[in-house]
Amino acid sequence: MQQDAMAREGQSGKPTARFRQGSAIRQLWETNLEVFQRDKMALFGLLIFAVFALVAILAPQIAPNDPLNPLKNNNGDWIKDAMPYWLAEPGEDEAEGYTNTFLLGTTNIGRDIYSQLIHGSRSALLVGFSAAAAVAVIGTVIGLLAGYYGGWVDTILMRAADVAFGIPFIPFIIVISAFFDPSIWNVVIAMALLLWRDTGRVIRSQVLVIKEQAFVSAARVSGASDLRIIFVYIAPSILPLSFLYGSFAIAWAILTEASVSFLGFSDPETISWGYMLQDAFNSLALSREAFYWIVPPGLCIMLTVMAGFFIGRGYEEVLFPRLRRM
Amino acid sequence: MNRGVVYYILGRFLQSVMVLWIIVTLLFLLFRLAPSNPLASYIDINFTKQQEAALLARFGLDKPLGEQYLIYLLNLLKLDLGETFSYSGKSVMDILRADLPNTIYLTLSSLLLAYAVGVLGGIAMAALRGSAIERIGTTFTLMTRAAPQFWVGMLLLTFFAFQLKLLPSSGIAPAVVRYRWETEWDKLLSPVFWRHMILPTFTLALYLHGLPLLLMRSNMLEVLDQDYVTMSRLAGYSEWRVMIQTAARNAMLPVLTALTLGIGYSIGGNVVIEHVFSWPGLGRTLVRAVQQADYPLAQGAFFFIALIIVFMNFIADILYSLLDPRVGASAQAQVS
Repeated sequence: MQQDAMAREGQSGKPTARFRQGSAIRQLWETNLEVFQRDKMALFGLLIFAVFALVAILAPQIAPNDPLNPLKNNNGDWIKDAMPYWLAEPGEDEAEGYTNTFLLGTTNIGRDIYSQLIHGSRSALLVGFSAAAAVAVIGTVIGLLAGYYGGWVDTILMRAADVAFGIPFIPFIIVISAFFDPSIWNVVIAMALLLWRDTGRVIRSQVLVIKEQAFVSAARVSGASDLRIIFVYIAPSILPLSFLYGSFAIAWAILTEASVSFLGFSDPETISWGYMLQDAFNSLALSREAFYWIVPPGLCIMLTVMAGFFIGRGYEEVLFPRLRRM
Repeated sequence: MNRGVVYYILGRFLQSVMVLWIIVTLLFLLFRLAPSNPLASYIDINFTKQQEAALLARFGLDKPLGEQYLIYLLNLLKLDLGETFSYSGKSVMDILRADLPNTIYLTLSSLLLAYAVGVLGGIAMAALRGSAIERIGTTFTLMTRAAPQFWVGMLLLTFFAFQLKLLPSSGIAPAVVRYRWETEWDKLLSPVFWRHMILPTFTLALYLHGLPLLLMRSNMLEVLDQDYVTMSRLAGYSEWRVMIQTAARNAMLPVLTALTLGIGYSIGGNVVIEHVFSWPGLGRTLVRAVQQADYPLAQGAFFFIALIIVFMNFIADILYSLLDPRVGASAQAQVS
């Protein structure tokens, strides 16, 4: 919703982003460097992602148990609803015929919650980054084309954005999930289909400004083709803006994936934090006050989403210096 | 109101109708071209071919696609959304008509709370700029925007409903009480209903307050830099009067536009909260309809939510043009 409001503001004469000149790669590198040098919070966000990425890559090595298979005690029964070892009554585990080594306890069918938490970072990052990349790429290309060509191209693309703004997001994903086999990719596809609207509108309005600048006319006079002007001359200047929207899109995608999994439209074979919370909710962990089951997945979602916010704000401050003093 | 503005509103209205028409068409295609048979959940394996054909005819699914589309559009215009699969004998409209008020009560009460807290909080954050309180306050707000709403709901439920047993955990009222309600007024005058509304309202408001707070804060900081604010300071007005009467009044206009947009979007986003609190609204009905493959109901619920969003986007555009003369002027240029 914040993005929607921002897109609308972008539409009607908000401050123009600051642009750099020079070679495309150098511009991008300098902007990115400035974001993370200037803004300690953005750097912190990057660090959070780095840690979770490491956990995701090493998940099978770090996780003490299989996230899906129920653990069994000496009699071959499931170790249901074991408390974390630091909360459980001492001696209870031996009486039940197992050794309690579970940092966060077990679920109602005896799965290890801590191992699930570690494996959950995989779907969160996978969905977060691929959806953000899709949204940023589609939004950028549409914004570039609409802004540069104007006329009927612009009209059609921006009316399409109006339609996308009218489609309720979560309900749309739910309906999409109903028709395809449950998979984390449903969220990515649905986000790519709808959320380009914010990025597209903002980038379009920036392109309208840039295409009036001298270096663009110079390129045109020297005989550069439209596509060359768009992608070689204009695109590098607005790429930091795509990064900005991309960072917010990571946060959105992680939140959305969690919501959709929580509603029960995810693949039960893929562990995600939203799925863990759905599992806890449906097996009445709330009435058992099992905070050790409910709190950790939510905290992980919150941390990764905040990482996206921090990085996005870092870009905002560098691109829109007027915001900085606020 | 000059003619430009009227033309602008008219143009925007027609555009909204077009947008809605396209959404409705996409919805039709999505549901008709779905890989699974729309009646799959309805058809019993023991059905004979004749029974199946009769069923298809009853739902009009034996006609060519084009004809189905025309019938669908005509029915939508009459707000006839067809029959449900899973609730026997009830039309989609019956169910949605019962759901809509619940969704609206929840949305409006949480938005009201969120915007009251957000506007006041934004003023306070602007006044306290640079202080420790401001840093803690904005960090807290950022956290509420990053925390999944359903998770916050689950935590509040566990604590207030299960641990302290202070508040009810789900629904709008126990069946015994619901049974006695004959009209919406009975519901609204019932203290039990309001008690059930506390937790979901608070959870939603906790999430929603972030946007108005951050908007109000940055608008305030912008306004406080303007000459007329400096002038009223120099004129010797108290800081309180400068903040509230001069600055806040001007900083609030964009927040009001955000509120109209917020109504639409939070009705679409309520789905998750309604699910957590088993709140019988549009969102929960949509989730259940999709789970039970009740396509007419899912389609109807989706249509209703989209209708509200498009309508609210339209209202927000109008407000925007009335509050910001530049938009009106450019619209005038477009029309003429």
